[in-house]
Amino acid sequence: MGIWDYQVVAAILFMIGVLGVLTRRNIIVMFMCIELMLNAANLSLISFSRLWGNLDGQIFVFMVIVVAAVEVAVGLAIMISLVRNRDTVNIEDTSLLKW
Amino acid sequence: MEQILFYVFSGLAILSAIGLLVNVRNTVNAALSLVVCMLSLAVLFIMLHAEFVGVLQVMVYAGAIVVLFLFVVMLLNLRGGNMGAESQPVLKLVGGAVAVGATVKLATLLDRPLKPWADIDPEFGTVAHIGRVFYTDYMLAFQVAGVLLLAGIVAAVILAKREID
Amino acid sequence: METSTVVVSVFLFSIIALVFMPIMTWVERKQSALMQDRIGANRAEIFGIRAIGLIHPVTDAIKMFTKEDVIPTGANRFLHAICPFIAVVPAIVSFAVIPYGGSYTAWGSSWSLVVADLDYGVLYIFAIGSIAAYGSILAGWAGNNNWGMLGSIRVAAQMLSYEVSMGISVVGLFMIYGTLRLTDIGVAQQETFRLLGFVEHFGWATAGTAWVDFIKIPLWGAILQPLPMFIFLAAILAENKRPPFDTPEGESEIVAGYFIEYSGMKFGLFTAGELVEVVVISALMAALFLGGWSIPYLPETAIIGGLSELFGPNLANVLAMIIAVHVFFAKVLALIFFQMLIRWSLPRFRYDQVMNLGWKILLPLSIANIVVTGFVILLVAEITG
Repeated sequence: MGIWDYQVVAAILFMIGVLGVLTRRNIIVMFMCIELMLNAANLSLISFSRLWGNLDGQIFVFMVIVVAAVEVAVGLAIMISLVRNRDTVNIEDTSLLKW
Repeated sequence: MEQILFYVFSGLAILSAIGLLVNVRNTVNAALSLVVCMLSLAVLFIMLHAEFVGVLQVMVYAGAIVVLFLFVVMLLNLRGGNMGAESQPVLKLVGGAVAVGATVKLATLLDRPLKPWADIDPEFGTVAHIGRVFYTDYMLAFQVAGVLLLAGIVAAVILAKREID
Repeated sequence: METSTVVVSVFLFSIIALVFMPIMTWVERKQSALMQDRIGANRAEIFGIRAIGLIHPVTDAIKMFTKEDVIPTGANRFLHAICPFIAVVPAIVSFAVIPYGGSYTAWGSSWSLVVADLDYGVLYIFAIGSIAAYGSILAGWAGNNNWGMLGSIRVAAQMLSYEVSMGISVVGLFMIYGTLRLTDIGVAQQETFRLLGFVEHFGWATAGTAWVDFIKIPLWGAILQPLPMFIFLAAILAENKRPPFDTPEGESEIVAGYFIEYSGMKFGLFTAGELVEVVVISALMAALFLGGWSIPYLPETAIIGGLSELFGPNLANVLAMIIAVHVFFAKVLALIFFQMLIRWSLPRFRYDQVMNLGWKILLPLSIANIVVTGFVILLVAEITG
């Protein structure tokens, strides 16, 4: 199992995440797909960290995990207030600022 | 052994990611697919000698983030009804084609003789090793992460409050 | 470790965990009876043998297995079936990293009394425990029942809240022992600490004075970190969802909470998971705070050394191993007894009280503990040089 295999898995997961964000309209699922993309990036970072025998990649993953945790906390709070105010999780229905 | 583990868990990760993508019926199942994906990725991390990160992946992603997702989905009681329409066949087709193309392109880009794995000492990726690097070289990043977490907590509390007094 | 050894130890420990399951139901009944001045379960018999109620777990199991397994309409059948297993399996595999003795060498082969000696031992248990939360959260949702749903929301909130203080409260211990590996923590707790060592440092007594040497304290987590011990105990009891933290199943408010739609052995598995977790909690508390397999003031090297003079090194190692396992399980049993005392004495918290306790009391205290512990460690390092 070389670096190539891990990179391909990371690429596939990342593309699935991108596809989810672009095509799904449920805001919570879109959010999960963002998490999926972050995780794909994590896999890539960790496999490169293993490739070079250097810990910097793993430290970067820690930062990504921290950012993901904060993002989820804030994002889900936004979603709760969205559902309270507009009673929907469909992104098409929240187009007040669109013109 | 390593090959079998790699194929099983990367396959599981990709399958559950696809499950997350195509599941339009309920959000709880999507969250479950995400958990399976996270856990399989944690196994891959541990295979790459990132034990601490792998365990943290289980603790933070599976243990906190997706639980939070489930909590919100259950709190909002999203069972059909207020989820709205999902169907956009053209966008899905185009998006799928682009995604497959981009993945193939990425895979072929890397398909050349690559560096083999570096030799690493058994301490690589252990808690002590990461701690040493974290508290010396990355001290500033560590503290910034702490501030970011604090800001996140405050923001979440303010946003989720019904009314601010 | 060789694969065969791993297989054998995994097998042995699953057996121990599975044996604990039925016995714990008996312990719970008998102890509640003791506390409430009753006799307790003693009616079930096989050919007139009652064995102080020990037959009851068997009859319980038969009853559970032969009951009708009801799956409500509108339930998610797959999740409904799998949830009890998600709840019970993590509790059993948590045993893997708990050391019930040190390492011993006899007749050329060596034994290490732990299944998986992981570098991130305690984190493994936390990670596995966070997976166990899914069993309860999804159980309430899968049954398509509003009470169950309320239970699920409560489980999710409670698990998230108390995981934080549970993890942070033990950081002080890791700072002191400098490791997360449970075997290393166990070995470190064998040592003693000269409490009055600073007297020599300031020159108030000459080095090696008898009364300075006389006062020694064991380096147990309970002595070094008494406050975090209680924080950790409270948090981990809340994670286990047993009284007084059983708001997710509070039968007087939300009927049975998350496992309301379960019957038969599926219901039994939830109870079994909780009871196995009681044993896991006790073992973890013993390993982290109560010195693991150590006897105060009697380090294992001294035991082996003393026994070697009598029986020779090989037999001494075996005897020391037996002593260690017994000491460890004595501590575990005492802690199980203590947990049962809590379970049958305290009334249930209200839901908002549970949240307040977790976020406003336990979390600030455990964070403050990290600061104080760091300060004291620096101070001690300064004094002892």
